[in-house]
Amino acid sequence: MENQSLRLKLRVWRQASSQAKGAFEMYELAAVPVHASFLEMMDLLNEQLIREGKEPVAFDHDCREGICGMCSLYINGRAHGPQRGTTTCQLHMRHFQDGETITVEPFRAAAFPVLKDLAVNRSAFDRIQQAGGYVTVNTGNAPDGNAVPIPKTDADEAFMSAACIGCGACVAACKNASAMLFVSAKVSQYALLPQGQPEHRERVLSMVEAMDMEGFGHCTNTGACEAECPKGISVENIARLNRSYLAAQLSGGGTSAVATSD
Amino acid sequence: MMALTGLFLILFLVVHLIGNLQLLAGDGGRRFNEYSHFMSHSLLIQTVSKLNFAFIILHVLYSLWLSRQAHAARPQGYEGKPALQTATWSSRNMGILGTVILLFLIVHLKGFWYELKFGAVPSITYAGAPEPLHNAYQVVRAAYAQAWYAGFYILSMVFLGFHLHHGFQSAFHTLGLSNYRYKPLIRTVGTVFAILVPMLFALIPAVMHLQSLGY
Amino acid sequence: MKLDSKIPSGPLAERWKHYRSTVPLVSPANKRKLEVIVVGTGLAGASAAASLAELGYKVKTFCFQDSPRRAHSIAAQGGINAAKNYQNDGDSVYRLFYDTIKGGDYRAREANVHRLAEVSASIIDQCVAQGVPFARDYGGMLDNRSFGGTQVSRTFYARGQTGQQLLLGAYSALNRQISKKQVQSFTRHEMVELVMVDGKARGIIAKNLVTGELERHSAHAVVLASGGYGNVFYLSTNAMGSNVTAAWKAHRLGALFGNPCFTQIHPTCLPQAGEYQSKLTLMSESLRNDGRVWVPSRVEDAQAIREGRLKASDLGEDRRDYFLERKYPAYGNLVPRDVASRAAKELCDAGHGVAPTGLAVFLDFEDAIRRLGRSTISARYGNLFEMYEKITGDNPYETPMKIYPAVHYTMGGLWVDYELMTTIPGLYAIGEANFSDHGANRLGASALMQGLADGYFVLPYTIGAYLSSEIRHAVPSVDHPSFVEAEQRALDFQNRLLAIQGKRSAESFHRALGKIMWEYCGMARSAEGLRHALGLLESLHQEFWSDVLVPGSLNSYNPELDKAHRVADFIELGRLMVWDALTREESCGGHFRVEHQTPEGEALRDDEEFAFVSAWEYHGPDKDPVMHREALNFEEVHLTQRSYK
Repeated sequence: MENQSLRLKLRVWRQASSQAKGAFEMYELAAVPVHASFLEMMDLLNEQLIREGKEPVAFDHDCREGICGMCSLYINGRAHGPQRGTTTCQLHMRHFQDGETITVEPFRAAAFPVLKDLAVNRSAFDRIQQAGGYVTVNTGNAPDGNAVPIPKTDADEAFMSAACIGCGACVAACKNASAMLFVSAKVSQYALLPQGQPEHRERVLSMVEAMDMEGFGHCTNTGACEAECPKGISVENIARLNRSYLAAQLSGGGTSAVATSD
Repeated sequence: MMALTGLFLILFLVVHLIGNLQLLAGDGGRRFNEYSHFMSHSLLIQTVSKLNFAFIILHVLYSLWLSRQAHAARPQGYEGKPALQTATWSSRNMGILGTVILLFLIVHLKGFWYELKFGAVPSITYAGAPEPLHNAYQVVRAAYAQAWYAGFYILSMVFLGFHLHHGFQSAFHTLGLSNYRYKPLIRTVGTVFAILVPMLFALIPAVMHLQSLGY
Repeated sequence: MKLDSKIPSGPLAERWKHYRSTVPLVSPANKRKLEVIVVGTGLAGASAAASLAELGYKVKTFCFQDSPRRAHSIAAQGGINAAKNYQNDGDSVYRLFYDTIKGGDYRAREANVHRLAEVSASIIDQCVAQGVPFARDYGGMLDNRSFGGTQVSRTFYARGQTGQQLLLGAYSALNRQISKKQVQSFTRHEMVELVMVDGKARGIIAKNLVTGELERHSAHAVVLASGGYGNVFYLSTNAMGSNVTAAWKAHRLGALFGNPCFTQIHPTCLPQAGEYQSKLTLMSESLRNDGRVWVPSRVEDAQAIREGRLKASDLGEDRRDYFLERKYPAYGNLVPRDVASRAAKELCDAGHGVAPTGLAVFLDFEDAIRRLGRSTISARYGNLFEMYEKITGDNPYETPMKIYPAVHYTMGGLWVDYELMTTIPGLYAIGEANFSDHGANRLGASALMQGLADGYFVLPYTIGAYLSSEIRHAVPSVDHPSFVEAEQRALDFQNRLLAIQGKRSAESFHRALGKIMWEYCGMARSAEGLRHALGLLESLHQEFWSDVLVPGSLNSYNPELDKAHRVADFIELGRLMVWDALTREESCGGHFRVEHQTPEGEALRDDEEFAFVSAWEYHGPDKDPVMHREALNFEEVHLTQRSYK
């Protein structure tokens, strides 16, 4: 493996702006180290383009350690590429073949408009969370952290839901461009904790409403989201959201909390 | 909506299958014809039947709306083709599967329901029966004697199987009835259902076609 | 310039309580009329913005990422300290205060650190109330672990994602205020200039990174929560976008920069694999709880391993040097970060390194797996092991990990007083962006604590002291000449960069800068090396401004231009760091001057001469900076030489 490098052909989506029409461009890279990450490969491409006097490819990235959720990319027909449980920044070139042609596209969804090339606007996710993804508690207003014991299983499950990094791979991978996995993970985190109960019903209704307003598609339970999620968020969250949503609608009118948990 | 209508249609399939299996009773069709008569003269069954048609139409209309939504949610598709699909084939192709099943339904209804209701159906009088009955069995047997007809039925049941394979567990998921504990159970029951029910349905044309060939 | 740290008088433990009870308040009716700009939405920025908005101030937040949630606090793995004493192991506010002062090698302000320890417990309560899913024990109570060189278990955690969970908590509080229209959030915006009116910070020029447009935003006060400057080393555990630009623009306008040379090197990072590498990945320090650090005792063995002729498992116990256990029997593998890092560097420099580059040591779990079983190790570190395998392709259950120190955190930052105000009136710096609480070295799991302490529990009080007297001023119009002038400065700066049209990318200059900084201003620094570095940086600066190639145009989505802008500021900062390191003729914490060490090779402080904060004043890119001193008075703590033997 040491000192090996790959010769690659890249088919990259280029689009000047949200309004512009995009198209694929072909590029060749002569020597990509196998231990480089996919984004480092993109860096090499950009260095090459700059040297050739061409415009570098715009793509989103930041922490490069798989947690900020900024990187995206649809690589060879898969969100974040072919490795399971991996963000693009943690995808390494050793998983590609010498001479391979790699197709790189932006995450595609009406709710994620392309800003430029491979960078898309995911602020729809922010707006969904602004609609209710919080507990109403002012700073300084909190009881002791151990005042309410939380069963370990609930805390762990809430954590599993809270592990979502908001990258949007679920939307990108879903054939309907649905955001249900994202929204359900957020709702579930609060649904599983006592702190989330008082506002549970309103939260479910308003976050789902916000999701629909953003123009995401509907969930048809294909499970692609779970399979493509770099953090392995389970579709059980979606079932929980569905349950909560139905319960919240049925109990409509009242403002009392509807507790849902497994 | 897909889940509620779907679940109703799944229930209907069970009832329908139990009735139809009487075609294989080996009594020259008497029990089937009696059953058929009962079904067409029961107010309750007739109401449920109307409801059933409504649900089929709703199921189809809603699916059309869903695909339009999906298209609107992703106006521009992907070009990259994955080496490995992450969602099951049936879940990705519910529309195609459903369309084939709809075609089948049209042929099916035209062939039997329409024939029995509005066509010229021969009558048969059983000993001890108060009145002559429509010989529905006769109609069915004649239809299944045609190889292409029986073949089309059997093939359609394969499509139905795939449709159910996704639809069954998906319905439970959408209604929020699935969780970590029950999911494996729902999956298993769904898979068994998706294999067993279409297989038994397909058994009828298969057996009757073979019977018509004299086996 | 006279530095007034505004430390309240009275007994140390009473100061913050007393301050809070006597600080001037702003009436609710007036808060509505007061506007605050917060730059950066990490733990400090998001918690401050949310808390200020809850109080009724009108807040605007800015982040260069596409969502406030992506600020680099998100990447913190290990945990957050708090003096809760839930484990009944003798922890207290005083002990946390003492550990922090001692860990910082006595170069932090006592009053600030005590306040930090006091509010630490409230942070945990606040986060739990927000729905942060901390780890819990089977009784449903919050779990703790011991972390990085402390002898009590006071670290709260959420698997390996404590940073993300805490930030999501602060982000949720921020979202609530955004939905109430108390906060206006600007994403993909970078602050490129500070605006001062009549000597006070009154606004910023922000660049919309999507359109390239410059926007003017005015306010009564500006809060910088823009994080640290570790990326001056090019390779660090920071995010690619982390930068010093916001703080540097403030520095250029008169905000003094405190202790710039105090940087923290984290011992457990993945070693560099090649030139193309863009960043280093941290492996949580918690790994040192069970992993044993070693190198081959004999240089020949190390060489054989580097060349692939030997494997780690080929070496028996007698051929291994567990150097941390050997040198520091009391603390062993859990010595503080700077001690562990320097020991690794020394052995690699002596030829014992194990990666092909020669720059790595082993972190071995063989004993721990034998003692506790694979499943226990997997439960503790499973996700970290997976991450390691994902990046390197090696399985740490079978072969020891290879680790090497990397730049992780910068203790230095904008100088602030007790109220977190910089030397520019109305300009505040919080979180990693300020210099205040960690002295010369930060304890593990204290960065998250400080960020949230500043944002939730300190700034919302202290900013009132300033704003209560600003009520009489309306927010200046963005057409004020100061805004026009600041915007022009930002425009000129970018146009200059675009006009050079040289041959080298900004990235290549950044890489060159990093090499200089790591080599001469990294883990071990010498007067000779630092002087040499000044010369190198001088030429790099000139070369950059004559040969950088920035493609694209001004008014467009142009990440290359933004990068060049940041690199330009980093080069100037690098120079200041070297100045500071050169001036500080002692070793302390993360600052190790080879001339100043004990016979055993430990850092040798000089408390007589250097018990002060160096606060630097900017005089231009080619003028020498001027140092001001803030003397550190230790009333409570007796200064001792650190010893982890």
